[in-house]
Amino acid sequence: MTDVVETLTKKDFTSDQEVRWCPGCGDYAILSAVQGFMPELGIEPHKTVFVSGIGCSGRFTYYMDTYGVHGIHGRAPAIATGIATASPELSVWVVTGDGDGLSIGGNHLIHALRRNVNIKILMFNNQIYGLTKGQYSPTSEEGKVTKSTPFGSVDHPFNPIAVALGAEGTFVARTIDNDRQHLTEVLRQAAAHRGTAFVEIYQNCNVFNDGAFDLLREKSEGVHHQIRLADGEPIIFDEGTKCVIVGDNGRLQVKQTADVDPDRIVVHQAGGRPSLPFGLAHLSLGPHEATCFGVFRNFERPVYGEAMHAQLVSAEERLGKGDLGTLLHGGDTWTVG
Amino acid sequence: MASPEVASPGTGRSSGLRSRARMTKTVEEKERVVVRFAGDSGDGMQLTGDRFTSATAVLGNDLATLPDFPAEIRAPAGTVHGVSAFQIQFASSDITTPGDHADVLVAMNPAALKADLSKVDPGGIVIVNEDAFTQRNVEKAGYASDPTTDGSLDGYQLYKVPMTSITVRATVGVGIGKKEAERAKNMFALGLVSWMFGRPTQTTLDWLERKFGGKQEIYDANVAAFKAGYNFGETTELFAHSYKIAAAPVDPGTYRNIAGSTALSWGLIAASQRSGLTLFYASYPITPASELLHELSRHKNFGVITLQAEDEIAAANVALGAAFAGHLAVTGTSGPGMDLKAETLGLAVIMELPMVIVDVQRGGPSTGLPTKTEQGDLLLAMFGRHGESPMPIVAASSPSDCFAVALEAARIAVRYRTPVIVLSDTFLSNSSEPWRVPEVADLPQIDPNFAAPDGDGFLPYARDEKLARPWAVPGTPGLVHRVGGLEREDGTGNISYDPENHERMTHMRQAKVDGIADDIPPLEVDDPSGEAEVLVLGWGSSLGTIRAAANRVRDRGGTVATAHMRHLNPFPVNTGDVVRAYRTVLIPEMNMGQLAMLIRARFLVDAKSFTKVQGLPIFAEDLEEEIERVLHD
Repeated sequence: MTDVVETLTKKDFTSDQEVRWCPGCGDYAILSAVQGFMPELGIEPHKTVFVSGIGCSGRFTYYMDTYGVHGIHGRAPAIATGIATASPELSVWVVTGDGDGLSIGGNHLIHALRRNVNIKILMFNNQIYGLTKGQYSPTSEEGKVTKSTPFGSVDHPFNPIAVALGAEGTFVARTIDNDRQHLTEVLRQAAAHRGTAFVEIYQNCNVFNDGAFDLLREKSEGVHHQIRLADGEPIIFDEGTKCVIVGDNGRLQVKQTADVDPDRIVVHQAGGRPSLPFGLAHLSLGPHEATCFGVFRNFERPVYGEAMHAQLVSAEERLGKGDLGTLLHGGDTWTVG
Repeated sequence: MASPEVASPGTGRSSGLRSRARMTKTVEEKERVVVRFAGDSGDGMQLTGDRFTSATAVLGNDLATLPDFPAEIRAPAGTVHGVSAFQIQFASSDITTPGDHADVLVAMNPAALKADLSKVDPGGIVIVNEDAFTQRNVEKAGYASDPTTDGSLDGYQLYKVPMTSITVRATVGVGIGKKEAERAKNMFALGLVSWMFGRPTQTTLDWLERKFGGKQEIYDANVAAFKAGYNFGETTELFAHSYKIAAAPVDPGTYRNIAGSTALSWGLIAASQRSGLTLFYASYPITPASELLHELSRHKNFGVITLQAEDEIAAANVALGAAFAGHLAVTGTSGPGMDLKAETLGLAVIMELPMVIVDVQRGGPSTGLPTKTEQGDLLLAMFGRHGESPMPIVAASSPSDCFAVALEAARIAVRYRTPVIVLSDTFLSNSSEPWRVPEVADLPQIDPNFAAPDGDGFLPYARDEKLARPWAVPGTPGLVHRVGGLEREDGTGNISYDPENHERMTHMRQAKVDGIADDIPPLEVDDPSGEAEVLVLGWGSSLGTIRAAANRVRDRGGTVATAHMRHLNPFPVNTGDVVRAYRTVLIPEMNMGQLAMLIRARFLVDAKSFTKVQGLPIFAEDLEEEIERVLHD
């Protein structure tokens, strides 16, 4: 097994299909990071399944040289639930987008998180419908002017991290397309998690929503506005000059580090109760201000497919292995000679 | 005249039932009887009917049942729309329907009488729970005056039995309250009717022990009520007769009574056992298909995985995922769920994976009649997806036939790598009939024939002689591939927008489904005379009605042929020849003529449609009249 691990390379996970996203799309960077990271898991391509829905992100499946299902709009978490429950030994990944995952497929997303199916969900959030050429999405900001909202959107957006936390997600994280190191580190933790891992990836759509994440994405700005969460570490950012504290009103607040007692700086706990991660998810109203990145929540509870298979085993222990003849002939029968 | 002992058929075990009649009662032989139990939704009429059915089955009578209940779980007590009924026809000869009219109605309250009296033949027996006919209940049922005293039942044999008060008296000393005791009155009714028709008591007593064995007081109360009902019939002077219905002559073998929902579930388990594939059933609760989810969930020791999904769409997609992973994947639903699953079924068509979709049809459109039967989804099954999206369809024709149809659907799905629709309906699902239990070794075997790496490049859309593609399961080295909803390139399975490829693949998918016709039995025609000019062609649960109606016509010297379709897509290869061979083809359906439309379109035959959409099976006498009309056209 270790031999295999050592010999796997990015090439083993790269299919022969021509990649056809728009030039400059953030999806390229994510694809490259994922293909580059997969060998590290030591799981062979034939034991790996990628499942996607509809949207630009949906094409991801074709570019991975693993088993794959390119499903229908929004249903990837349901298809993946079937695969992961049927075959718990597989490494199952879902690739979805903000429209696919949070709009048409919102129900499947929250129920996969609730069940804690052993799947890893990568949600590419570009805050726009790209494949259908530029309508506002459920993560677009209010007032967004798009083809379907020429006078501005009146919809309030979802906060994907808060949705995942609210759906009882056991692993909830955020990263960004152009920071390969951070992206890879989050993927590493997601892959190690038992159960559903939800990873929101801010992804720039350079055609229909270019620059949506510039404040966080551009190196010069990101260094000031990315709040990197690390489990057990005080939440400090902007080169140590800013920090997060619990204000007198009980809400999380951003302060100048120099102005606060170091003991008041919030220490991140991904494994604790959901209130802190939920507060951190709402620290910013969108990518136009300082925003948290990293693993918001990470804790364990029973994994769906494992619990289901345990029931099969216990049923067989309790009732004996099912015998079809006994079933058919059991109960009230009578014989005609 | 049979001996009075027939009234006490308990086995050697002491049943506590009186073995000697206090007065001489006659036993009248009857060939067939229809009994209808009717009461409030909370009165336990379905259970009463179900137990009476079991006792009847054990006696060897042929039987057919019709549970008939409202959509409301507990409509206001005592109201007509809260009436729940169970009808059973049993006979010493072959019968095929639950009967058009009842010979005996047991009405637990005025509302039940009001709702169901019209279903009793004139001169029929009406047994009422006298205690329930209070002024208030009579008014609640919409009667101006008490029908049991005002002479309006003069045309019937009316028996007024104070079931509630006798039940309460019989359960004194058991240790339960009056209210609890009153709830056992359905067992009193069961005991009384069991006596009336010489049903064995041990079956019911055994069942009560299984059901309530752990709750001594409840068990004692139900047994006391049941015995009180039985003894009431035997000893009081109210009833002068009991009836005997001899066992029906049937082929030798072991028999059991089985409901359609159970038969379908067991058919799926059998398909799993005979294929070696794990059964994976994903479903969202919906009447009347939930019964499948309940039944299958009980059999986890067969390795059956059941998943209650968050919605209908999820259930279909979970099943499709399980199919991709190499399981025997099944999703079950009713009409509204079929609408929701449509897009996923299209995905299954293009992914060409084995999957079974069970549609237990109910009255529509929309929520329609959730607890009533209809055959309204045939065209939905045929065409209810966008694009050219052909799917095989098989339909069950009787409760026990659901077993064989489930197996057949799984066989086709696995052999041809295609989703297959099973059409059942509310009537088949809820009703039951005696079934000769098959031997496991006689059931067909299903070969999953999973793809294995052969060293060459794997072609996921290569075809075998049946045009089926390889089923390559994740986890298998050398067969890594991607499937999905975009059009596939012939052979490689890569995405393809090539116009000619799309046309080739569209024809390929159609040809694959059409080719199943070579792999199914031809349509069999039943024409004892060999001279019939009229063919009655049916599908699904109307089989019983068609047989009964045709037999009645034949008994009077008429000649009529019948044929019944199990495979609705593709049709058996000889279907065209069959329908063209008759002067008139009459197609009775519980819809607006959906099979008739298909037959007319496919074969240019001027088929006549006979339809009924009342949420109930077509009455045999109505069809009989229609056949007579067509014969004399």
